[in-house]
Amino acid sequence: MQVPASFEYQRAQSVEEALELLGRFGEEARVLAGGHSLLPMMKLRLAGPEVLVDINDLTELDHIDETGGELRVGALTRHRTLLESPLVGRHFPIIHDAERVIADPPVRNRGTIGGSLCQADPSEDLSAVCAALHAVAVIRGADGERGVAMADFHRGPYETAVGAGEMLTEVRFPVRPGSGSAYEKLERKAGDWAVAAAGVALCLEDGRMTHVGVGLAAVGAGGLHAEAVQELLEGREPSPELFEEAGRVASASCSPVTDSRGPADYKRHLAGELTKRALRRAVARAAAPAAAVKEG
Amino acid sequence: MTTVEEPAGPAGPAAEERPIGFGRMKRKEDPRFVRGKGRYVDDVKLPGMLHGAVLRSPFAHARIVSIDTSAAEAHPKVKAVITGETLAGLGLAWMPTLSMDTQAVLATDKVRFQGQEVAFVVAEDHYAARDAIELIDVDYEPLDPVVDARRALDPAAPVIRDDLEGRTDNHIFDWEAGDRAATEEVFSRADVVVEQTMLYPRVHPAPLETCGAVASMDPVDGKLTLWTTTQAPHAHRTLYAMVAGLPEHKIRVISPDIGGGFGNKVGIYPGYVCAVVGSIVTGKPVKWVEDRSENLMSTSFARDYHMNGQIAATRDGRILGVRVKVLADHGAFNSTAQPTKYPAGFFHIFTGSYDIEAAHCEVTGVYTNKAPGGVAYACSFRVTEAVYLIERMVDCLAAELGADPADLRMRNLLQPEQFPYQNKTGWEYDSGDYPACLRKAMDLAGYEELRREQAEKRERGELMGIGLSFFTETVGAGPRKHMDILGLGMADGCELRVHPTGKAVVRLSVQTQGQGHETTFAQIVAEELGIPPEDIDVVHGDTDQTPFGLGTYGSRSTPVSGAAAALVARKVRDKARIIAGAMLEVSPDDLEWTKGRWSVKGDPAMTRTIQEIALAAHGALELPEGVEGHLEATTVYNPPNLTYPFGAYICVVDVDPGTGAVKVRRFIAVDDCGTRINPMIIEGQVHGGLADGVGMALMEFIGFDEDGNCLSGSFMDYLLPTALEVPAWELGHTVTPSPHHPIGAKGIGESATVGSPPAVVNAVLDAIGVRHADMPLTPGRVWQAMRHGQVEAPQ
Ligand SMILES: Cc1cc2nc3c(=O)[nH]c(=O)nc-3n(C[C@H](O)[C@H](O)[C@H](O)COP(=O)(O)OP(=O)(O)OC[C@H]3O[C@@H](n4cnc5c(N)ncnc54)[C@H](O)[C@@H]3O)c2cc1C
Repeated sequence: MQVPASFEYQRAQSVEEALELLGRFGEEARVLAGGHSLLPMMKLRLAGPEVLVDINDLTELDHIDETGGELRVGALTRHRTLLESPLVGRHFPIIHDAERVIADPPVRNRGTIGGSLCQADPSEDLSAVCAALHAVAVIRGADGERGVAMADFHRGPYETAVGAGEMLTEVRFPVRPGSGSAYEKLERKAGDWAVAAAGVALCLEDGRMTHVGVGLAAVGAGGLHAEAVQELLEGREPSPELFEEAGRVASASCSPVTDSRGPADYKRHLAGELTKRALRRAVARAAAPAAAVKEG
Repeated sequence: MTTVEEPAGPAGPAAEERPIGFGRMKRKEDPRFVRGKGRYVDDVKLPGMLHGAVLRSPFAHARIVSIDTSAAEAHPKVKAVITGETLAGLGLAWMPTLSMDTQAVLATDKVRFQGQEVAFVVAEDHYAARDAIELIDVDYEPLDPVVDARRALDPAAPVIRDDLEGRTDNHIFDWEAGDRAATEEVFSRADVVVEQTMLYPRVHPAPLETCGAVASMDPVDGKLTLWTTTQAPHAHRTLYAMVAGLPEHKIRVISPDIGGGFGNKVGIYPGYVCAVVGSIVTGKPVKWVEDRSENLMSTSFARDYHMNGQIAATRDGRILGVRVKVLADHGAFNSTAQPTKYPAGFFHIFTGSYDIEAAHCEVTGVYTNKAPGGVAYACSFRVTEAVYLIERMVDCLAAELGADPADLRMRNLLQPEQFPYQNKTGWEYDSGDYPACLRKAMDLAGYEELRREQAEKRERGELMGIGLSFFTETVGAGPRKHMDILGLGMADGCELRVHPTGKAVVRLSVQTQGQGHETTFAQIVAEELGIPPEDIDVVHGDTDQTPFGLGTYGSRSTPVSGAAAALVARKVRDKARIIAGAMLEVSPDDLEWTKGRWSVKGDPAMTRTIQEIALAAHGALELPEGVEGHLEATTVYNPPNLTYPFGAYICVVDVDPGTGAVKVRRFIAVDDCGTRINPMIIEGQVHGGLADGVGMALMEFIGFDEDGNCLSGSFMDYLLPTALEVPAWELGHTVTPSPHHPIGAKGIGESATVGSPPAVVNAVLDAIGVRHADMPLTPGRVWQAMRHGQVEAPQ
């Protein structure tokens, strides 16, 4: 049995208390959400926080609401809750696509969207999904709240905009008419982290693609937002030739490394292939939202 | 005799049957497992028990300059810190391996693989033990490692085993089999010779229960009780006696419920020895259970065979000969588990299931800076490698000749009338009807239809592949004359006692790790004595309670101990006959046996059941002159030959042309394990082995970087297949009893693991039209093969 080094444990009863504890212990403290990234690292002794601030009692952070043209998802919302929400499926089938292939049911029962984003692993599926959806992360600290666009939230591998004494409280997704989205992930076995993955979200307005978002996972830290692909597609009419071009640009714009999941040139190829596939499905869903609901 | 039957469904009403003897029945052990009431080593908790943890080497190859344990010793909960130096004082720093090599228990001079045991801490709890190993300060001087076995014999390669007197290179052994000259002769006149180099990569048994031990040395009576994860409790006890100098009668080895072994639990690991020393030093029981990473990084791996095969044939597809050269990577210590005289296990069977004229192979074993072990993992001692070699070579030949792989196999299979068959490396296959088995698999698969579907799909650019393998296994070692482990002959004892009320206890030397021995062996005795299996207790895994024998691996339990159980039951039956004669006041010669009773020939009303006889044997009945009371017997079974299970497997895959991802769509397995004792258990064994095979073919792999760092130290990197990666298995069987086995049973434990990897690989290569690509066929490697026609060495 792998066991962690000793640590102090605090169970917060309110967001204010959690922030107070985080402020008090500073760099030594870590938020404990679902624990499915943090606890394995502690057991392998790759992480050794001195204090854990458990936020699992903060039910106010476990919610999915539609308000003011946005879907607001609390940071403590579990993978499973997202997967089972019809509201999420209706607006953002990409989230359901991704949730179906994140880990396995026991992990999805506990793991949270906040933990996924704050872990900031370049392979994290929800990071690529949130990037594609142009989500906004709401960060709260002693001095109040601020919204950070996804493009600015992830600062690098395992590094986010959340500072010491702060926490992520909510993720906000813009809801737009005529939208379609999809996620394509290649894994070596069920529940595996991605060899590569691509998420695409867009709207169809008068036959043209707008608000295009493309997120890539596991193909290099810089790949989360495939800006070059977004720019290529924005305002254009979908066509097989354009999709091919998008795939080529996605391949070119990422920076994967060779590891046991596969050689770099293969992952580069996958980034293109999966971008094309996600793009096709996103466009099809935008064009026929009813079908997307049924499918999702 | 071959009977071809339809497979019965795995569940359904048949599952509820309660046979008195052979037949489908649910496993007797499962009620405790499905309730979570199994009792594993880690469940053993003794009063005052302490906990051990092992400090392991971060380097693959390094000299130990110094070890400072003072900070660890100062930890308030630490009771002892043991190093190689401590052990050297006791003469225990090194231990013999199962292959006549020596292995460091705790390193003294150098570390030779990443994860090697360097120090052992005993503390009040597991957390403290873990904390304390981080307080030990070891000063290492890193050395160049040998990671690639193909470089191990370079003159410039660093010498790993400089501990061995006079050692100047990394060579372990050369071994050959077959007839070199005769093979050269058939190759010289062959129309076609195909050559292929292939790697059977290093994989790991990865049992869900890792290895561990609880050692309790009683300071008063000097008796050591060792609960430990072992597939061979008796062999372990004898080895502890030899290594540690403890008297054998003062050692009791208990192997409780074992959560999977697959060969991983055949050898003795340093952690076990450290737990024993820890208990001796502290006077308290000491538990040591390794974690997942320790299990994957430091315990017995399997395979790691670099093979070069050549196959010779006539233009019209008659196979003439096979020759093979193998470079075997044995890691840092040669601790492979196999009969001692067989350094390459039973690789002799690389001639496969085919009627060929000549064969020859050479195997060279080398040391590398990787974890020691080898052979382990459901492989019947290298039969897995041999079957993979020949079944890939036959497919390569089919590709060269433009022949259908099924036709080519059918044309060359041994014919039923050729048995018993002497293969070209000197082994005698006991029995088989190979063509019937292959035909049955092709019928179940709808082979012709599949080929039509494949052709249509190809037209549309879809990639579908069909792969075959036909394997011959060789299992059930001894005979003891040829096969021993460190001088212990491979023959196994069995004891049977029928209690006065007609219930019975059978005691075995072998040890189940999930194979269902408590059911199978009860059924064997039930078949012979007519006592219901529920009334027969099977005792195993405790050296104080069971007769000597070499344990469970290499599919030997049913072929060896199963025979012993049948024979000991027949002895009891013979004694029952004499007692029944006395009860009925007739001569035993006038009695005839029907299951469960002796009756007077021609007068079935004059009868005594085995239960009545048992009571009389313990009662006041006047027994005939020279007959002792009670109803019990013992035996030792020394197999006259190995048994030869076989099977025909067909795998159907779809490959995504855009990603290289492989989907195993169908898998048809027709097995022949001779007499079928409990078909449900057989099916379970086959299901597990097939999943294993899919895992090895597609995802399992222990990788190293160029510095010798192990890259597969967790289940995030060492991938095991799940229900989602495998199809619903389609099973069939034929029955060709072994003529030399008392009940005709051949063993089934490893057939599917042995037979399935080549079927999967052949299917994938058939789909993508590439002659060869090494396992594991992960999507990335399949894509590489599609793009470049070949793949790089796995990493
Ligand atoms: C076997 C397994 C397989 C997995 N497979 C996948 C996969 O295929 N794809 C995938 O995307 N993920 C996968 N995961 C990761 C899984 O999704 C995790 O649950 C998730 O990444 C982290 O969520 P959590 O709530 O468990 O976070 P935790 O482990 O609790 O926390 C992770 C990090 O985020 C910080 N944190 C958490 N919440 C907050 C907050 N509100 N504010 C500030 N910091 C916070 C923590 O301090 C910690 O540093 C897998 C995990 C496991 C164990």
